[in-house]
Amino acid sequence: MATLVAPKDSSPIEDAETIKRACKGLGTDERALISILAHRNEAQRKLLRQAYLDLYHQDLIQQLKCEVSGKFERSLCHWTMEPAERDAAYAKEALEKATPNYYKIIIEIGCTRTSEELLAIKRSYQFLYKHSLEEDVASHTFSDIRRLLVAIVSTYRYEGHVIDESVAISEANIIHQIIEKKDFSNDEIIRILSTRSKKQLCVTFNSFRNIYGSTITKGFVASPSDEYLDALRTTIRCIKYPQRYFAKVLRNAKNELGVDDDGVSRVIITRAEEDLKEIKDLYFKRNNVTLEDFVTNNISADGDYKNFLLALLGRT
Amino acid sequence: MELNQELEALTQALSGHGVEENALVTTLGKWDPLEREAFRKKTPNLFIEDKERHFQRWDDHYARLLKHEFVRFKNTVMLWSMHPWERDARLVKEAIKKGKASYGVLVEIACTRSSEELLGARKAYHSLFDHSIEEDVASHIHGIDRKLLVALVSAYRYEGPKIKNEHAKSEAKIIYDVIKNAHKKPINEDDEVIRILATRSKPHLKALYNHYKDISGKNLDEDLDDIRFKEAVQCLCTPQIYFCKVLDSALKIDVDKNTKKALGRVIVTRADIDIKEIMADYNNLYGVTLPHKIQDIAKGNYKDFLLNLIARGSN
Repeated sequence: MATLVAPKDSSPIEDAETIKRACKGLGTDERALISILAHRNEAQRKLLRQAYLDLYHQDLIQQLKCEVSGKFERSLCHWTMEPAERDAAYAKEALEKATPNYYKIIIEIGCTRTSEELLAIKRSYQFLYKHSLEEDVASHTFSDIRRLLVAIVSTYRYEGHVIDESVAISEANIIHQIIEKKDFSNDEIIRILSTRSKKQLCVTFNSFRNIYGSTITKGFVASPSDEYLDALRTTIRCIKYPQRYFAKVLRNAKNELGVDDDGVSRVIITRAEEDLKEIKDLYFKRNNVTLEDFVTNNISADGDYKNFLLALLGRT
Repeated sequence: MELNQELEALTQALSGHGVEENALVTTLGKWDPLEREAFRKKTPNLFIEDKERHFQRWDDHYARLLKHEFVRFKNTVMLWSMHPWERDARLVKEAIKKGKASYGVLVEIACTRSSEELLGARKAYHSLFDHSIEEDVASHIHGIDRKLLVALVSAYRYEGPKIKNEHAKSEAKIIYDVIKNAHKKPINEDDEVIRILATRSKPHLKALYNHYKDISGKNLDEDLDDIRFKEAVQCLCTPQIYFCKVLDSALKIDVDKNTKKALGRVIVTRADIDIKEIMADYNNLYGVTLPHKIQDIAKGNYKDFLLNLIARGSN
């Protein structure tokens, strides 16, 4: 369930005017920006952006870039974008910056979005960057992880209900063999994870647990620092139980090196209208701290950024 | 017409692509038992004489072939009337089922369709078969062809004109080096070549094709030994020439049924796209027009239907 709190009716024109007023003059009324933007759903934001363009002949996002800065700017702009455009931007940035967990972002996009959403993301990516997502993923990566990531973003998974139990059992066995022999580069694991429908894969994962008594991800733990194995585990988690995966991203966001702000804001922004409620509940179950409290106590000193995230979390 | 001429006409009516329905109706339809017996005795490739029991029976093999010929018109009509997405989805399904001899059809569909056409085929495939194309290709095809084929059917290429020439040049060099070392490492195992062929845009690949010629002196498809890679390059970079070659192979009398099917498939799938260009190239390559060749080789309703399809839109 979504955590976003948005009014049923809103006037895009009034919203555009409020935002314009908030941006007038030397300062910016960040509270006003948050009170509007963090309380509008996707459809409402789209209308608002169009109204802003019609009234003031400027793209709202360009305006925001001039008014705010830093992490607040980043997250506000991401939030205001349409989901397909946003995910395309996340993917592009992940590939260009090649941060240590770049592949997680690609896998999240490839595995937690629906087939139609992934398609929209790819179209958006082509429109924005004049390349296909597949070609950029392919040219920025190498070896095993490349084969996995390209396959994951190229796929257009069947999303119906038809599954085949015997195929699930045979593929669970294939995966088991791969784990036993530590033959992780075997093409079969990539084939199965990247082409089968999500429902089919869940039946496969269950079959694996039923036959072999352990979860499939445990089989790929051999070397925690191995990027490719981690990518395989991430893929399995994103398909099996995305909300728990996202809760884990949030949980791991705080470590000795500080707080992974980008990870926190990405999860909150991309899931606020989807399933952030379940993610929050899972987070609380494991940490005994609400996500709101975590954000309040750990997110950087930038009050506006913090308030923005809290607003998306449902705290009014 | 005297009997010998009629026999000749009827034999002709039953050999080729499709059948000459009119000849069957007017000639065979009016023959009495003696005339039909003469027909059976004088056509040893259609009928086998059982000398011991004194009768003639259909040759089983020919009868099977004939079944396909009778149904060729119907199949072409069905294919033509289908939505292009269903058409391509069904062609893919059939190719997967038929096995290695038909993998060329997978390459053809994956590489000659536009990104949106291929996507449509993938959607239709979901609806028709409750699986994705990539899932079925990946699980039914084993061996060396799999990597390339899965990658090609999964492609959703950028279709704009923008290309980075330096990349096209450097990637042409990469492919050149892989081909030179093919004796040490076969091309189907080379992830780089598959990456380039399956993810780059068509304009990019055409530029790469030209750069390759500068480096090697020969065309890329000529230097490739693996038939699927060759087909992929031809379909991506010179599709109309590719289609001419397929048509030419199909427009022969004694070819296997998969090759024969290509005639109907190519004409139906290109009639609305680029059949005019294909015909022009065909004329240049083989010195005879496509309609003329079809007139020679195809029969009856099938022939008329094909000729109609390619004549559409001509002024």
